Amino acid sequence: MYRYDKYDQAIVDTRVEEFRDQVARRISGALSEDQFKPLRLKNGLYLQLHAYMLRVAIPYGTLNSNQLRTLAHIARTYDRGYGHFTTHQNMQFNWIKLEQAPDILALLATVEMHAIQTSGESIRNISADQFAGAAADEVCDPRAWAELIRQYTTFHPEFSYLPRKFKIGLTASDHDRAAIKLHDVGLQVRRGDDGAMGFRVFVGGGMGRTPFVATLVRDFLPAEHICTYLEAILRVWNRHGRRDNIHKQRIKILVHDLGGEEFTRQVEEEFAVMLPLGDDMPLAEYERIAAYFAPPPFEQGLEDTLDLSDPRFAAWVERNVAAHKQPGYAIATISLKPVGGIPGDVSAEQMEVIADLAEKYGFDDIRPTHAQNVVLPHIRKADLYTVWQALDAAGLGADNLDLIGDIIACPGLDYCSLANARSIPVAQKLSERFADPARQLDIGELKLKISGCINACGHHHAGHIGILGVDKKGTENFQLLLGGSGAEDASLGRIVGPGFSEDGVVDAIERAVEKYREVREDGERFLDTYRRVGVEPFKEAIYG
Amino acid sequence: MRLITGNDLATGDVVWWTGQYWSRHVGEAIDVGADGEKIAHREEAALRVNIPYVIDAEPGPNGPILKHIKEQIRASGPTVRPDLAIEPADPNVGSYVI
Amino acid sequence: MVEAAIPPSLRFRDDEPADEPAVTLDAFLEQPDAVSVRIEGGDDVRRLAPLLDRVKLVEVDFPRFRDGRGYSSARILRELGYKGELKAVGDVLVDQLLFMRRCGFDSFAPNQPIDAAVASRALEEYDFVYQQAADGRIPVWKLRHG
Repeated sequence: MYRYDKYDQAIVDTRVEEFRDQVARRISGALSEDQFKPLRLKNGLYLQLHAYMLRVAIPYGTLNSNQLRTLAHIARTYDRGYGHFTTHQNMQFNWIKLEQAPDILALLATVEMHAIQTSGESIRNISADQFAGAAADEVCDPRAWAELIRQYTTFHPEFSYLPRKFKIGLTASDHDRAAIKLHDVGLQVRRGDDGAMGFRVFVGGGMGRTPFVATLVRDFLPAEHICTYLEAILRVWNRHGRRDNIHKQRIKILVHDLGGEEFTRQVEEEFAVMLPLGDDMPLAEYERIAAYFAPPPFEQGLEDTLDLSDPRFAAWVERNVAAHKQPGYAIATISLKPVGGIPGDVSAEQMEVIADLAEKYGFDDIRPTHAQNVVLPHIRKADLYTVWQALDAAGLGADNLDLIGDIIACPGLDYCSLANARSIPVAQKLSERFADPARQLDIGELKLKISGCINACGHHHAGHIGILGVDKKGTENFQLLLGGSGAEDASLGRIVGPGFSEDGVVDAIERAVEKYREVREDGERFLDTYRRVGVEPFKEAIYG
Repeated sequence: MRLITGNDLATGDVVWWTGQYWSRHVGEAIDVGADGEKIAHREEAALRVNIPYVIDAEPGPNGPILKHIKEQIRASGPTVRPDLAIEPADPNVGSYVI
Repeated sequence: MVEAAIPPSLRFRDDEPADEPAVTLDAFLEQPDAVSVRIEGGDDVRRLAPLLDRVKLVEVDFPRFRDGRGYSSARILRELGYKGELKAVGDVLVDQLLFMRRCGFDSFAPNQPIDAAVASRALEEYDFVYQQAADGRIPVWKLRHG
């Protein structure tokens, strides 16, 4: 993975001291809360229901064991013994004290981590495919570009007071595991007809109050101009994005209001104007960064077989392990969704187990995913059983990847001051209702996503089944959506009808699932059946 | 009854106005009647509380019963982690189902 | 408690300030003798492009510090070759000064006074920057590769 040089380190260290000074000015009263809030948000520090919450950046979802152990240490020393992997590949701590935040950031800086621009109206953490470097279907490892873009968008002077947050996602494969079409800018690394490297550029995706799938703005952008092109996009939005209504200020609204064609025209015009400025980083810089993402020293000529005689291990392999491009290796996903558990939460002890396994068996490579799981991308098949046993002993052996039990849920009203309803109890009840492994397998792939409010941090619009918690006259109420997808076939879920109580929505989902089982054809996932038969049969089943 | 709640500036702890100081325990909160805004402003200006606001409640056997579920959760802790509850002895923790 | 304020000389130019009050962009375009113009968030600064030679002062208004349109306006003016005074006016806090300088602002008229020593510290805080901007600072990628 990328390692800081003296420049990267100096920038992060300076930021820590700058923030330490800002915190002191807040605590002394020299800064009001109104003045301080955007400053603390630029360092990922929210004031939530119970305490301050710190969102630590995990750039493009890549960590090493030393960093994960530091997160475990922070959980123990400054928090209540656990952390939460988010739907944007970051980690959140829920019980932070403002007066300790500068020390926490200083500690993070010693392991090349930070919380820069993880909230507020900033350019946020760059997301990337969690299988980068391991998947056979990628053009190259997109994370080198993600790192280059991360640097370019850090403390960008023109774009630090944007209309709203801004999220960039990268993939280097036609199979989109990073949901790039639901980002403000989605970049697919690809090769042009002459073999040159470039990007397919999508703009204006996003969920929230007005969800959109991103629009294709440029089919092929030469890779060396990505910085200028991003500047052009950001400048058009910074100048013309709405500033009058916080719910209408994301770039997706501007793209929609102008229309794709006019938006593209403005971007291309600005791009042409900015190109002569020479803002782009040279190829040499890309190559310097890319060297850090060269493949690890895989052993050659390994046996590509697995002993699956242990049925529980076999079940886990079947669900959670994906093919690796290198024979003899495998991509293992650790599900953080045990039956009845809190999706994405992980204890300090569990973090250390994962760190140890990655260090010993996985080239020290750890990848949180936007589905709130963690991937160990490079495990020798010969070591998989040992790895699984350790995971299983630590409560990390759930074999439900992409099944109905692999629920994505935001923290919801249990933690979040923005929420209208609790999401975690719904997730727990659903997890328990569908706990039977045979039943989950029979249902097959079903991506279930729960948000506790319209901000959609649970990505409910992108769920095959989505749940949106609302406040209905002071009571928690849950709307059910069907048919969303965050993959390359991106689509937005639609609400099926009136909302439910917490227990009601669990029953409703069970009826929807049974209807799917009743009418499905061979090989169809829930989403496929829904797309084939439409919403009516499901509506009937749910509402009777 | 009307209570004032807010957060402790330095720690982020949820706090409740007792008439004399800011307590972490909702059971000590008093009814401020019509004076809530005035007290809140004064306390915030003196840096004794961060972002205070006035809420409605009913008196109850174990302390004020807060009107909105969000405030109940602020007062007691996340319903999904009763081990982290602010007042673990509170019998209502974990059963805030509406 | 407001930060102690020394009368701020938050002007990073040696020439004499323009002594004419700034007029709106529309007015400026209609008054051939005007030399000072005030840009609001929604104004298109590129309308000044043919007239930059006669502009001595551009004031860019920041009604709320969260409204960052002025940063683009400033940088665009510098890209067009504008060499006159570029002043950030309004809701400007010390924490925005560095970004504003980088976008080409060379004077500041904040609503709340900013201590000059605090401002100075803020502007010198970062030894390194990742991007090229209007201030001519060398970005890290150039330092890395010469």
